[in-house]
Amino acid sequence: MALLEVPLLEVPLLEVEDLSVEFPTRRGVLKALDRVSFTIETGEVLGVVGESGAGKSLTGAAIIGLLERPGRIAGGRILLSGRRIDNLPQDELRRIRGRRIGAIFQDPLTTLNPLYTVGRQLAETMQVHLGLPDAEARRRAVSWLEQVGIPAPAERVGAYPHEFSGGMRQRVVIALALCAEPELVIADEPTTALDVSIQAQIITLLRRLAREHGTAVMLITHDMGVIAETADRVAVMYAGRIVELGPVQRVIRHPAHPYTEGLMASIPTLEGRPGGRPGGRLCRLRQIEGAMPRLSAIPPGCPFSPRCPKVFARCTEVRPELMAAGETEAACWLYAPALAEAAHG
Amino acid sequence: MADSPAPLFEAEHVTRVFDVSGPWLQRITSGEKRRSLRAVDDVSFSMSKGTTLSLVGESGCGKSTMARMAVGLYAPSRGKIRFEGEPLSAARADARLRRRMNMIFQDPYASLNPRWRVSRIIAEPIRAFGLLRSAREIAARVGELLLQVGLQPSDGEKFPHEFSGGQRQRISIARALSSEPEFLVCDEPTSALDVSVQAQILNLMRDLQRRLDLTYLFISHNLAVVRHMSDRLGVMYLGRVVEIGPADEVFSAPLHPYTRMLLDAIPDLSMSGRSRTPVAGEVPSPIAPPPGCTFHPRCPLANERCRHERPEYTLSGAMLVACHAVAEGRRAA
Repeated sequence: MALLEVPLLEVPLLEVEDLSVEFPTRRGVLKALDRVSFTIETGEVLGVVGESGAGKSLTGAAIIGLLERPGRIAGGRILLSGRRIDNLPQDELRRIRGRRIGAIFQDPLTTLNPLYTVGRQLAETMQVHLGLPDAEARRRAVSWLEQVGIPAPAERVGAYPHEFSGGMRQRVVIALALCAEPELVIADEPTTALDVSIQAQIITLLRRLAREHGTAVMLITHDMGVIAETADRVAVMYAGRIVELGPVQRVIRHPAHPYTEGLMASIPTLEGRPGGRPGGRLCRLRQIEGAMPRLSAIPPGCPFSPRCPKVFARCTEVRPELMAAGETEAACWLYAPALAEAAHG
Repeated sequence: MADSPAPLFEAEHVTRVFDVSGPWLQRITSGEKRRSLRAVDDVSFSMSKGTTLSLVGESGCGKSTMARMAVGLYAPSRGKIRFEGEPLSAARADARLRRRMNMIFQDPYASLNPRWRVSRIIAEPIRAFGLLRSAREIAARVGELLLQVGLQPSDGEKFPHEFSGGQRQRISIARALSSEPEFLVCDEPTSALDVSVQAQILNLMRDLQRRLDLTYLFISHNLAVVRHMSDRLGVMYLGRVVEIGPADEVFSAPLHPYTRMLLDAIPDLSMSGRSRTPVAGEVPSPIAPPPGCTFHPRCPLANERCRHERPEYTLSGAMLVACHAVAEGRRAA
C-alpha cells in the first residue's frame, strides 16, 4: 500500500499557485490576495508575516476552504500532495479539513466547544477522521493531553474548556489540531492571545510536536520574534502579495525587499540587532513613513512604491514578481539586473 | 537621593483592592464569602521630571490599575500618591493640578469619540481647563498640536474613522498634549499597532519627551518596546513590583528570577536558532495568590522560606528587589 502512495514525481506537500481572493463590494471588487504563490514541504515550518490587512490570515483561510463570504477565490490553484483542493465540493473538503489539514486559531475559547468535555472533542475528532473505536479514541485522547503537557491528563480529560486557563486551552487546541495526524497544520496567530511566558511554552510545544509527527506547519503571525524561533522559511506579505520569501535567517539578517528591511529595522529588540546595530534607549527606531494602502486604493506597480525609499520609475508602473535576490526571493525591481543598472545610471 | 531634585511623581505603599464578590443575593443564598482582589499590592516608586519609568508584567499583574491610579482615575485603597509633593486626592478638586497630567490609552479606536471632528476632540481639554478663550486661538493651537504629532492642520476637519490606527494614536497624543501636561501615563500605547507604525509612534513619543521635557509612566507587556523607552524599569508580578531599577541594569543583569524568566522567554529576533528553556507554569489567580512570595510556585530557586514569608525589598546596587533568594545570595541548586 505504501508503495502505491508514493508519488511518481517529488511534489511539495502544499502548492499555492497564483492564488487570488477578492471581495465584491458596492464600490467595486477588492482584491485582498493578488497572485500569491508558495510551497510548503513535508515537515517544514513556513512562517507568514505581515501587518494587519496584509492578507496572511486570508491565505490560511483560503487553503482550508474557510473563506468568509462574500470573499471568493478569484484565480489560481491550491494543491495538496499534487491534487487540487480549491475546487472540491464542500463534503470532500470537510474530509480533508481536520484529517489532512489541521487548524489552530488565535482564540482558543472560540475554537473549543464549550458544551463538550475536551476528552470528548478529542475522541470524536479521532473517531471521525481516523475511524478509531470508542475505547481506543478515549485512550488516545488522554495520551494527547499528556503530549501537550497538561498535568494529570487522565483526570483533566473529563473537564470542560472553561475549566482550563488560556495557555492550557491553547494546548488542548494544539492537541485537537494534531490528533487526526494531519500532514499540514495552519496555525493562525496561535500565541497572540497569550502572555509572554506562556507564548514561549506554546511555541516550543508546537515546534516539538510538528517535528515528532513530521507535520508541516504554516505559521501565520505578526510577531517576527516567533517566526525567528520557529520557522524554516518565511514569506513576508504586504497589501495582499508576497514581497519576500526565503530562509528565515537570511530574511532576518539580510532582507532583500525594502519593505522587509524597513520592517526588521522598526522592530525594537532586547539585545543588539543581528546586524550589529545597538539596541536600547540610545538608538532611534527606523520607521517606515506612511501606512499600508487600503485594498480600495492599491497603487499600480509595486504596492510598496509610495513608501519605498529606493523607488524608481519602473516601480510605479509595472508590478514586480518574485525574483531571485541573493539567497531569498523578492518582488522588487531592484533585483532585475538590467533595470537596477538603469535606475542607478 | 538627598541632593537629587524633588521627584515629580511619587507612589508610596500604594495598594488597590477590588471587591469581586458575587451578587448580594447569591452570597446570601449560597453562603459565599466576600472576595477581594488585590490588584496592586504595596507599590512604591518615584519619578523625576523628564524621565520615563516603565512598568512591565503579564496580564493581571496590576500595571494598568497602577496607571489609572497614577492619573487619579482610581483612588488607592491604601497608600499615597503625590504629584510635586501634593497628594493626588487633591487633584480631583484642583483643575490646575489635573491639567498637568494626562493619559494615552491602548486602543485608538475606542478612545476617540467617533462623532466628533478631530479638532473638537483635541480642543476639548483646552476648553475644559479654560486655557484659551477665543475660537481663533483654540483653532491655531489645535493646528499647532496636529503639526507637532506629524499630522496636518487640515486633518482637524476629519472624523476619526478617516484615519488609520497609527494616525489615530497620533490624535490621542495630540489630545493628551493639548492641556500642556508635564506628566503622561501611557497604557500600552502601541500594542494595538503594527510594528512599522509602532516605530513611528515610539519615535514621536521620544521626540516629544525631549522637546517638551515630559515625564512618562509607560505601561507595557512588551519588554523590547520598554527597553527602547525607559530610564527606569519596574517589573510587576501579581500586584507587586518585584524588581525596580535603572532600565539598563535590569536588562543587562536582572536579579529577580521572574525578570530573568521573562527576559529568557521572549521570542526575539536576535535569539533565532537558540533553543530556549520554556518556563513552567502560569500566573496564578490574583484572587487567591500563593502565600509567601507569590512567584514561588514557578520559581526555580524557591525554598521553604519563600513558601511562607513574603519577601521585603533589598537594595542591591541601584536595584530594589523583593526576593529571598537574591537577598540570601542563593543560587540554582
